[in-house]
Amino acid sequence: MSGIDRRQFLARALTAGGAFLLGGCDRLSQSVWFPKVLDSAEFLNRTVQRALTPRDALATEFPESYISPVFRPNGSTDPQNPAYRALAAGGFRDYRLEVRGLVEHPMSLSLDELRALPSRTQITRHDCVEGWSVIGKWKGARLSALLDRVQPLPAARYVMFHCADTLGSSDARYYESIDMLDAYHPQTILAYELNDRTVPIENGAPLRVRIERQLGYKMAKYIMAIELVESFVDIKGGKGGYWEDRGYEWYAGI
Amino acid sequence: MASSVAETDGSARDTLSRPRTIYRHTLPIRIMHWINFLCMFILLLSGFQIFNAHAALYWGETSHFDGPLLAMDARRNDEGEMIGITTLFGHEFETTGFLGASTGSRGDVERRAFPTWLTIPGPRWLAMARRWHFFFAWLFVINGLLYVTYSLWSRHASRDLAPTRADWRGIGRSIVDHALLRHPRGEAAARYNVLQKLSYLFVIVVLGPLVVLMGLAMSPHMNTVLGWMVELVGGRQSARTIHFIVAMALIAFFFVHVFEVIVTGLANNMRSMITGRYKIKPTEDSSDVRD
Repeated sequence: MSGIDRRQFLARALTAGGAFLLGGCDRLSQSVWFPKVLDSAEFLNRTVQRALTPRDALATEFPESYISPVFRPNGSTDPQNPAYRALAAGGFRDYRLEVRGLVEHPMSLSLDELRALPSRTQITRHDCVEGWSVIGKWKGARLSALLDRVQPLPAARYVMFHCADTLGSSDARYYESIDMLDAYHPQTILAYELNDRTVPIENGAPLRVRIERQLGYKMAKYIMAIELVESFVDIKGGKGGYWEDRGYEWYAGI
Repeated sequence: MASSVAETDGSARDTLSRPRTIYRHTLPIRIMHWINFLCMFILLLSGFQIFNAHAALYWGETSHFDGPLLAMDARRNDEGEMIGITTLFGHEFETTGFLGASTGSRGDVERRAFPTWLTIPGPRWLAMARRWHFFFAWLFVINGLLYVTYSLWSRHASRDLAPTRADWRGIGRSIVDHALLRHPRGEAAARYNVLQKLSYLFVIVVLGPLVVLMGLAMSPHMNTVLGWMVELVGGRQSARTIHFIVAMALIAFFFVHVFEVIVTGLANNMRSMITGRYKIKPTEDSSDVRD
C-alpha cells in the first residue's frame, strides 16, 4: 500500500470504526439486558459510598456569605392541580400533611404542627443531576422527629413522598422514596423555610424534603403525603420515584 | 590476525544488523491497556453527554449562572437559523455545527453543546449517559489499581517507567529529537525514551488519580468525608471544571500517543500491544546504535 492509500484507508477505517462503536453504544442503550449490566454500578456506588462514610456523616454546611443570590428552581415551579392551587390561594392555611402506611399512628399535620416539631436549620449546597450547584439556608422539621411520633412498624423499609405536582405533559404525579438510613439522618428535614422566609412556590411550598447527601431530584417538593412502605416495586413505575421510573438511579449519591 | 579481527567485527555487525524480535509487553499489560482504552473512550463520550445537560463550567462552590468560565449555548440569528456560541472567559466564538448547535438525531440543527457523534448515547439522554459513565468509571478505577499493583510487583514501573540518571541527563536532547520527529531506532527503541517515560508517569500518577478524585468530589455523599478536598480545590464547581480540564488533558495525551505510535511504526507498535512482540530494526549506521 502506498502512503496515500494507507492514509485514506486509515481515515476511513477510523470513521467507520467510530460510527460502528457509537452506533453499537446506542443499540446497547436501547437493549433490555445491557442497561441492567450498567446498573451494577449503582449498587457499587451505594454500598461502597456508604461503607466508606460514617452512617450519620454530615454534608458540608456553609456560612451565610455562601448563600446563592437565587436558589435556582428546577422541574415543577408552579403546580397547576386545582387542589394545590386552592391551598396556595389560601396561603396553605388548610394544608395538611398526611402520614400513612406502615406506621403505628397514622396522622395528619398542619403547618403549625410541623413547625412545632423539633427543627433544624442548615446552610447546604444543592447539587442538581444536571451538574450545577446553589447554596441555600433551609429550616424544617426533622423527619426523624416525625417518624418518632408516628412509630414506623418493623416492616417499614422506605419513606415515600407523594407530591402535588406533575411534570411536563405527563399527568404522573411526582413522588420519591428514601430508605430508613437517610430518613433518620440528622440533616433530613421537611423544610418550610428557605433563606429565612417561607419556602416560595417555585422551590416547593409549603413543604419540601432535604436529603443533603443525594442529588436534587431526590428532594421532592410540594409534599402532600408521606407513606411508609416495605417495598416500592408495586407502586407506580416500580422504581421508587418519578425520575427513577424514567431511568435515573434510585441512589443519587453521585 | 587482521582477518580474524575483521571476522569478529563482521559477526558483531551481523548480529546488530539482523532484525530481531523482543517480547515487549506482557499479557497483563496488554489486556489492561486495551481495557483502559475502552474505559477512557466511553468515559469521555458519556462525559460529554452529561456535560450537555448543563453546558457551563464555573469556579467556586456554586454556579454563578451569569458568569461561567466556559459555556456552550445556541441562539437564533437574524435569519432565524440556529447558531452555536461558545463563550470562554467572556469571549464569544461562533461554533455552529460543532459546539452549541449541531445536527441532532432527528436531522435538524438543535441546541446541544457537544454533537451527537461525540456523545454516548447519541441523542440527548442524561440518565443513560450516567449509567455508562459510572459503570466504566468503576472498571477504569479497578483496572487502574490492578495496573499500578502489577507494575510495582513485576518491576515494570522501576525497570521500564522510572527515568534513569542517564535519562535525566539526556532530556534536553530528547526534547530536540521529539521536536524534529527524530525517534530512537535500533536498540535504543527497545526502551522507552525519557519524555515517553515522563508522560506515561504523569498520566498514571497525576492525571488518572486527579480525574477520579475530581469526579468523587462532585458526589454529594462522598462530600461528607471529602469536604476538605472539595474546599482545597475551591469548591464543587471548581472540581467539576478540573474534572473537565483533566479530561481535555487526557485527550491531548491520547492524540500525542497515537501520533507517536503512527510515526514510530504503526504495525510494529500495534503488534507489540496485541501479541507482545516488537521488532527491533537494524540501523543503517552502526554508530547510531552505540550512542
